[in-house]
Amino acid sequence: MLSLLQQPWAWYVGGALIGLIVPTLLIIGNKSFGISSSLRHICAATVPANIKFFKYDWKKEQWNLFFIAGIFLGGLIASTLLANPEPIQIAESTKTALTAYGVTDFQNLIPTDIFNVGKLGELRSLVLMIGGGFLVGFGTRYAGGCTSGHAIMGLSTLQLPSLVAVIAFMAGGFLMTWFILPFILNF
Amino acid sequence: MQEIHSFIDIQKSTNTEFVQRSTDSICVNESQLKHPWWYNLKYLVVGMFLGIVFIKAELLSWFRIQEMFRLESFHMYGVIGTAVAVGMTSVWLLKKLNIKTIYGEEITIHPKEFNKGQVIGGLLFGLGWAMTGACPGPIFAQIGAGFWSSIVVLLSAITGTWVYGYLRDKLPH
Repeated sequence: MLSLLQQPWAWYVGGALIGLIVPTLLIIGNKSFGISSSLRHICAATVPANIKFFKYDWKKEQWNLFFIAGIFLGGLIASTLLANPEPIQIAESTKTALTAYGVTDFQNLIPTDIFNVGKLGELRSLVLMIGGGFLVGFGTRYAGGCTSGHAIMGLSTLQLPSLVAVIAFMAGGFLMTWFILPFILNF
Repeated sequence: MQEIHSFIDIQKSTNTEFVQRSTDSICVNESQLKHPWWYNLKYLVVGMFLGIVFIKAELLSWFRIQEMFRLESFHMYGVIGTAVAVGMTSVWLLKKLNIKTIYGEEITIHPKEFNKGQVIGGLLFGLGWAMTGACPGPIFAQIGAGFWSSIVVLLSAITGTWVYGYLRDKLPH
């Protein structure tokens, strides 16, 4: 049983479990699935700086902060008790392409030769971590949601604006992956 | 379940705090019940479960995101597609069976309105998603899994959100 849990889970298992988060949150407290808002609540709680966008009662949304604390703990549990001892299996073609761009470490879930605090002095790590993180925070709030809020919650409730947002997410991702990332990785 | 809850309409017309809080967000807490703080622990448990799935289905993997955008693997499309199918069916059932919350409150869906942010912000997020290989949820799971570099990504994402708030009135919507 444990070894079954330690293996990477199939897409339909992972997908179905994530889909079930939607009704679970609605039933246990009428909460819509969405994660990026937590970043706004953190701003509102720490540095509201008299900005109108952060002047609201963030304590009313504190459930969202408990939710992200849970995600953190889940990451901790999965990476210790349920850790997969094998290196990640990805498509050979992706591996070949990334190797050509100078990615060397394929042992972990993320390339630790790039995403590494000790590598912040390297331009490509700096751009990907700081620049990428900034775009994630700025973009999700501007779009009014992220993958959980728009792609999963929004599409589950048949909201057209969410479909537009998801198409824009994908367009941005393709643009970066095919046309910009190769340059950044070769910095 | 009601699409547009009368409560929201009343709140919108009378309560500026609510209008402010619901701006550019998906999740808006509409519960009128006052509970002790530890009632929130159930969201911690659900989050924990989600964090485990993020890792075990490898959703927080930068490599998986690259595979997805390079169209070299079905995995991520399968996960997101299944999640949407299950979510959609569940919401339809909740509506059909008129299910209430465990506290007997009406279940409400906050309707989204079109604005330019979904396109411009969406594109910007997409760029960042392919760079960091993480949307906001997985960032927290990555930190839990001991990828300390994700703390840097998180701090930068919080900064990005703050800067958006600062510039919001000057941006096209």
